[in-house]
Amino acid sequence: MSALSRSRVWNAGGVWIVFAAVLLVMPQLFSSNFGLTILCQIGIVIVSCVSFHLLLGEGGMLSFGHAVYTGMGGYFAIHALNAWGKGEHYIPVSLLPLVGGLGSLCLAFFLGFVSTRQSGTTFAMITLGTSELIASMALMFSDFFGGEAGLTANRVTGHAVLGITFGPQIEVYYLIAVYCFVCVLLMYLFTKTPLGIMLNAVRDNPMRVGFIGYNTLRIRWFAFMISGFFAGVAGGLAALNFELVNSEVVGPVRSGAYILFTFLGGIKAFFGPIIGAVLLVLTNNVFSSLTKAWLLYLGLIFYISVMYLPGGLASVVVRHLEAVKTMARLQGIGGGAGGAAQTAFGKIVKSYLLLLLTLLPLMAGVSLIIEMLYQLQLGDSISSDFYFAGDAVDPQNPWVWILGLIFSGLCTLLFNRARLYTQQAWSDFDEIVKSHQSALEVLQEAWDGVQHKAEDEFVPEFVHESADKSTHQPTHQPTINGGQS
Amino acid sequence: MEFFVINVLNGLSFGLLLFMLSAGLTLIFSMMGVLNFAHASFYMLGAYFGYVVNHVLGFWLALLLAPLLCGLLGALFERWSLRRVYAGGHVPELLLTFGLSYLVLEGVQIVWGRSVVAFTLPESLKGPVVTLVSEPNHHLSVFGRWQDPALWQALCDSSRQSAEALSQCSPFPMNRLFIMLCALMMMALLWGVLNFTRLGLIIKAALTQPQMVEALGHDVPSVFMLVFGLGTALAGLAGVIGGSTFITEPAMAASVGSVTFVVVVVGGMGSLVGAFLASILIGMIQTFAVAIDTTLVKILLQLHIQLGDSWLHNPVLNLTLTQIAPILPYLLLVLVLIFKPNGLLGKKP
Repeated sequence: MSALSRSRVWNAGGVWIVFAAVLLVMPQLFSSNFGLTILCQIGIVIVSCVSFHLLLGEGGMLSFGHAVYTGMGGYFAIHALNAWGKGEHYIPVSLLPLVGGLGSLCLAFFLGFVSTRQSGTTFAMITLGTSELIASMALMFSDFFGGEAGLTANRVTGHAVLGITFGPQIEVYYLIAVYCFVCVLLMYLFTKTPLGIMLNAVRDNPMRVGFIGYNTLRIRWFAFMISGFFAGVAGGLAALNFELVNSEVVGPVRSGAYILFTFLGGIKAFFGPIIGAVLLVLTNNVFSSLTKAWLLYLGLIFYISVMYLPGGLASVVVRHLEAVKTMARLQGIGGGAGGAAQTAFGKIVKSYLLLLLTLLPLMAGVSLIIEMLYQLQLGDSISSDFYFAGDAVDPQNPWVWILGLIFSGLCTLLFNRARLYTQQAWSDFDEIVKSHQSALEVLQEAWDGVQHKAEDEFVPEFVHESADKSTHQPTHQPTINGGQS
Repeated sequence: MEFFVINVLNGLSFGLLLFMLSAGLTLIFSMMGVLNFAHASFYMLGAYFGYVVNHVLGFWLALLLAPLLCGLLGALFERWSLRRVYAGGHVPELLLTFGLSYLVLEGVQIVWGRSVVAFTLPESLKGPVVTLVSEPNHHLSVFGRWQDPALWQALCDSSRQSAEALSQCSPFPMNRLFIMLCALMMMALLWGVLNFTRLGLIIKAALTQPQMVEALGHDVPSVFMLVFGLGTALAGLAGVIGGSTFITEPAMAASVGSVTFVVVVVGGMGSLVGAFLASILIGMIQTFAVAIDTTLVKILLQLHIQLGDSWLHNPVLNLTLTQIAPILPYLLLVLVLIFKPNGLLGKKP
């Protein structure tokens, strides 16, 4: 290994140490029963979402049936656990998630063969079909799937290795944490292997990959299996955690949640799905108990972020980190560049304050209207008093509606102004960066010069080339006059 | 005999309803490359709009206005949302329509509630259109709606006859015939518009040569908006018919949605003829699976195959065809994809 890649791994190592530390420390910070429950779920869902990211983010394959692999992993694991409980086989409980993983790997071997022969939209539809197939079968074959009630198991069976019985939740948490860390690390390393990089290439330009002699179908298929394996591990962990698996875990609602939250977290950066996973668990456990309308809010947020934030939350983080890095470099160039950039960045921060100041009342206004709508439609089934932000509101009163609508309208106008101001602030910043582009490039080249000497050259040239532009645009792009107008 | 005829007719009508749904989807996909995940949501919207218009203006106007409203909403969605994400490729398009399906579902539940609404066909479309009567001496006779109902009612009245002398009566409902007629008319209209009008010419040209068509002075983005609106209007039409014939409830989108996507994939993405074939195929399979009440064990026993006890009581072999009917379309999907990865009539990408 060269000097440079060693330093790069070292840099990345810092992040991993922080990740491990967070996983270790979390149960000390949230030591209540509820906190621990949430943490366990987060650990499991992180593995699911990152495995989904291997498909969607790294491979450009939008699967509508990811829950099949997590759910079936759960079923395989719980069957193994029950078999062990009866004394039929011997598998240490801590290795059960691997049983789930291997089971899902087999399933992904067969279903992946069918699905990955197509890409893009057709692939998405096929995964939808296979997911419906498994979900319908789950209600049909009650021997394997346990019917409506599902299957239960007891995770405290057999010999306790090192005195760990997995009876207390905290022991399960640490098992989940270890699996979460190892799986995420392995998946990250997978994206750096030749296969992982070819997977990116297949996402960006399958035709070229085919031309130089790679079998694109096989690359997609392998990636599908690897994703299926990790999804199965997550399912196995979930089976251990809940000691219950029912047909819901393979259902389309679960698959939809993976899509929604992985995208919200961000599919253009590896850590995006981790943010998404945390959001998924918090939404399902905390947010959903706050309001009946949570699915509507979720749909709205998702819809808006597909349109305006295609990189998800992770892209926001990445953009700011890069801006800070660029600022530091401009500082190094000297000649007032750093100062100008800092002023521009100050303006961005100021615009964020404005955004926040207008966004909060806008959200309040919109949610007041949505809550009143829900109250009117479902009013009979809920208690007769309706509280919004601590105050009793009467949804029958037309004045509340009129005021709410006017308020929301005004806030929308103000928010739009703040949004434009933010855009302006960013373009000012980009302008400054651009005007010092040449100096920055000299700096970059000096830095790259050191790097390139040591780089292994297993990556074909075109991968670099096509990585930064999206080459899979439709040929008949209907945005010729006025797409972004 | 009459069992077979009636089930073929039922299968055809269900298949044609599926085709009405998948035609809009295929139209949008073949013209724009966009797969509208929310297509079934527009089907549901069509049913609910139809329910409202039906209350105010009657069924026939609902059949006209509800699809128009759906088409309008679809066009607005294309103009203000979908158009923004074209540049990102197909995945954002799919995700956006996926998000829309969430919003429509929640919106419908806010406005019309979570339970079934009472949307039924007018009296003129109820009742049997023909009744097939198979008499005990294997004589088959057909009684139409226009004939005196007393004729066949006398034959089918079970109280008058002994069980051996009873005739088998199978009515074919008027609403099924109506579904078939609507679908065939829609098919003819669509085919005519695409092949014999100036608009169809422009649409087809904009598909392959958007820059050139634009250079010739046509507004290509508007053409796409129109196509999207047309596709969603077709879904709305299917929604009015499907919603009034079967049931109008928030779960209706999910129940037809995935079958529609199966139809489109089995037929070959973007092929209207393929979608037609696949719709009929799946309609037939579903209808016959529900109608034929048998299990694998029964079939094997009828073929005089000796079965052990464990086989006789095997739960999988004892599932009735009716029970496995829901998974048949998906099994068909997997089978077709193994042997023809591009679908029945799909072109190579």
